[in-house]
Amino acid sequence: MSAQTEVALGRIIGAPVQRKEDGKLLQGQALWVDDMHVPGTVYLGVVRSPYAHARIVEVDVAPALAHAGVVAAWSGADLAEEWAGSLPCAWLPTEDTRAPEHKPLAVDKARYAGDAVAVVAATSRAAAEDAAELVEVEYEPLPAVVDPEAALADGAPLVHDELGTNRCYTWSLEAGEVDRLFAEAAVTVSQRYRQNRLVPNAMEPRAVFVQTVPATGEYTIWSTTQVPHILRLTLSGVLGIPEAKLRVVAPDVGGGFGSKLDVYAEEALALAVARRLGRPVRWTETRSEGYLSTIHGRDQIQEIELAATAEGRITAVRVRLLASMGAYLQLVTPGIPLLGARLYAGAYDVQGYSFRCDGVFTNTVPTDAYRGAGRPEATYAIERAVDALARAVGKDPVEIRRLNFIREFPATIASGLTIDSGDYEALLDRLLEHVDLPAFRGRQEARREAGDPKRLGIGFSTYVEMCGLAPSRILGASRYGAGGWDTATIRCLPTGTVQVVTGTSPHGQGHETAWAQIVADRLGYELDEIEVLHGDTAVAPLGMDTYGSRSLAVGGVALYYAAERIVEKARTLAAYRLGVDESEIEYVRGRFAGPDGSLTLKELALSAWTAHDLPEGMEPGLEASYVYDPPNFSWPAGAHAAIVEVDTETGAVELERYVAVDDVGVVVNPTIVDGQVHGGLAQGVAQALYEEAVYDDAGNLLTANMATYLVPSAAELPRFELDRLETPSPTNPLGVKGVGETGAIAAPAAVMNAIADALAADGVTDLDMPATPERVWRALREARR
Amino acid sequence: MRDVSLTVNGVRHELELEPRELLVYVLRERLGLTGTVVGCDTSSCGACTVLLDGESVKSCTVLGVQADGHEITTVEGLARDGELHPLQQSFHEHHALQCGYCTSGMLLAAASLLAENPSPSEAEIRQALEGNLCRCTGYQNIVDAIQAVAS
Repeated sequence: MSAQTEVALGRIIGAPVQRKEDGKLLQGQALWVDDMHVPGTVYLGVVRSPYAHARIVEVDVAPALAHAGVVAAWSGADLAEEWAGSLPCAWLPTEDTRAPEHKPLAVDKARYAGDAVAVVAATSRAAAEDAAELVEVEYEPLPAVVDPEAALADGAPLVHDELGTNRCYTWSLEAGEVDRLFAEAAVTVSQRYRQNRLVPNAMEPRAVFVQTVPATGEYTIWSTTQVPHILRLTLSGVLGIPEAKLRVVAPDVGGGFGSKLDVYAEEALALAVARRLGRPVRWTETRSEGYLSTIHGRDQIQEIELAATAEGRITAVRVRLLASMGAYLQLVTPGIPLLGARLYAGAYDVQGYSFRCDGVFTNTVPTDAYRGAGRPEATYAIERAVDALARAVGKDPVEIRRLNFIREFPATIASGLTIDSGDYEALLDRLLEHVDLPAFRGRQEARREAGDPKRLGIGFSTYVEMCGLAPSRILGASRYGAGGWDTATIRCLPTGTVQVVTGTSPHGQGHETAWAQIVADRLGYELDEIEVLHGDTAVAPLGMDTYGSRSLAVGGVALYYAAERIVEKARTLAAYRLGVDESEIEYVRGRFAGPDGSLTLKELALSAWTAHDLPEGMEPGLEASYVYDPPNFSWPAGAHAAIVEVDTETGAVELERYVAVDDVGVVVNPTIVDGQVHGGLAQGVAQALYEEAVYDDAGNLLTANMATYLVPSAAELPRFELDRLETPSPTNPLGVKGVGETGAIAAPAAVMNAIADALAADGVTDLDMPATPERVWRALREARR
Repeated sequence: MRDVSLTVNGVRHELELEPRELLVYVLRERLGLTGTVVGCDTSSCGACTVLLDGESVKSCTVLGVQADGHEITTVEGLARDGELHPLQQSFHEHHALQCGYCTSGMLLAAASLLAENPSPSEAEIRQALEGNLCRCTGYQNIVDAIQAVAS
């Protein structure tokens, strides 16, 4: 019986099991980093530059030191000796990528509004905040540059003088005869889009708490992080502390969406202060501080050209990106736009592919991973461009997609990667079962004919994405600094329960439940007999953490293989105990049956632990580990439709319906998967309609708090209609793919295509995100002129 | 410093507070009730929502001294005798939480809504939750969880 079929017969994998995580979260019993209270703790207050670009002339901490409760205060120069290295960037995509020095406190220049320039340690949070305001910093303001195009212009202010340019890197890829295909194309379309800068806004603000044992030089770092393992090894490098002396704990973490996939100045500062003072140290950002210090997402200018036949069959895609890095390179800043580098042909079969990305420094908060990271951008560009092509050749958006879909799998696409499995037309067909397109077109036309100022529009997004980061050899070839494997350990305890240790680090995704389902399915334990441990490098020493929709497709598969090893050892023991040959043992979920008797896995765990009578050479205990390196990415896909009503008098856009049909491979827990899709869609819709981090020309962030940056509430969002198809991934025995980012990837294009569809007859098809009432109204007014 | 007396989840506390201390920090740091959390500093997110004499307030926008003589309910006070509050149970059944950081505030905002309007429509629920942000769920399951308790 193949692994695949066994899973298909599983009763627990695929079941809508309620979450194990919920009880503590519902009753206020979670442990967030900010909940840690230890006597003797000092609190940090960080002094931040109010200028986007300024020379630091002098820092005087004396007034802060005079404040009651202040233990110490330091400028960047004062702490310069603490740093053995820069804050890490693990992804320099080209040999000549410029990676500027990035110390936790700026010394010579502040390079964005929010750049940390001094730190105060005090005996209370309030004293730290008060005293931070008392630090006197003399700045010499410099001209700032916030727009990536302006940053590349001659004479632009240099974010990093020593680099002599604001260009961080240029990465390009060319496949097929792109120039010839464009020259021979009957139709070409050329589009330019702006990827609005976004603030991730995980509900839990960032925090760090460090405890130390000065005599041994050991440190425990409690952090609101997605990446405890990466944090441990990189902080070791920043502080020059042996990795073995560091323990990182990610307790309950309140969302991340990529923003906690980073190694932040404040984490290094807290560690440095703990080393200096020999005391526990705590820092918690205020939300407004987070807007100025936690990474932002997106901020790209996209130019995309399609070459096509007169019928609209796409032959080649040419893309040019300008991606703002912000002022420094955070953990994976330069790599983010490149996660989409090979996906700009979307779900469509093309022959020629040309992509170039310039990474550019600007005087803004650094960008990095935000839900989807590179793939929402790629999807947005190709899905909007395909609609532009449809208009150019006079076809319906559905028709043009059908004409161009990749149809055979596995599919090696022009950009060089291989899509594991899928059926894009089936997804679209299913979508159209939910959306009666002819009826909608009738309704739309009737409104127009009646002269109703409220236009209707429908937009499609038939996306494919790559996630489940990732095969280590591909990451290596992309010049990423680490591998893409993950780990699992299963420990069958003598008393009938089991510990599962995972290298992934959930922060809301429900791994404790989903991982328990996989183990319950394979090993026959009840869900409440399974404890899933994670997020503590002392408990789970080896792992690559949670981001890029990798946890199930990598960490979950590691768990599957660890379970196989448990079964293998238990089978040998069962055969020995039953006095039969191993080949006579039949294993069915937790029970090993021979011709004349059977033993349960729990019984075998006890005898493996007592070790009174084991086969010759067998080690006591029943525990197995597996480190899994995936052979390929996983490739979710889907067909989404948005229906909007646009008020041409006010510019207001109302999202009437949103229908998402996704294929995320085999589903372990449909309830959790639906929740992931809902959340992703909310963020994708928010990018299209509401959210934008706006800088003025001087580099002041104008949307610098939750009161001025519109994170949508329940009142702004519609009810999402979901459906699914399942094509198992052939690259792993569970058949699973990632799901965490699909909604955020698909939704912006669907919504914006719907608005363009609503307003095309009014002459408005080019509209940037977010489509605020003002932006829509201005575009309409412009078109009427 | 001011002498303040407040009753939290049925327990009376006599405290000496700095006038500027926010209720949320009184709950978290003085009383150790860390189920109420801070999500912003502009009174936008509602993560710190508690009940003050039965009505929802954002405890980041109430001074501790203003709560003098009042009764406060936090998330720790919702379950009774080991039984989850119907809203807690419904949130669990409807997968209305992911990271759980907004959950305490959502539960108390919902409790306040249902006390005022025992059978709200979906639109009324969405409107009532306007001051409570969630970044994980897209709100749908939260709305469903509340509606299930209402009906």
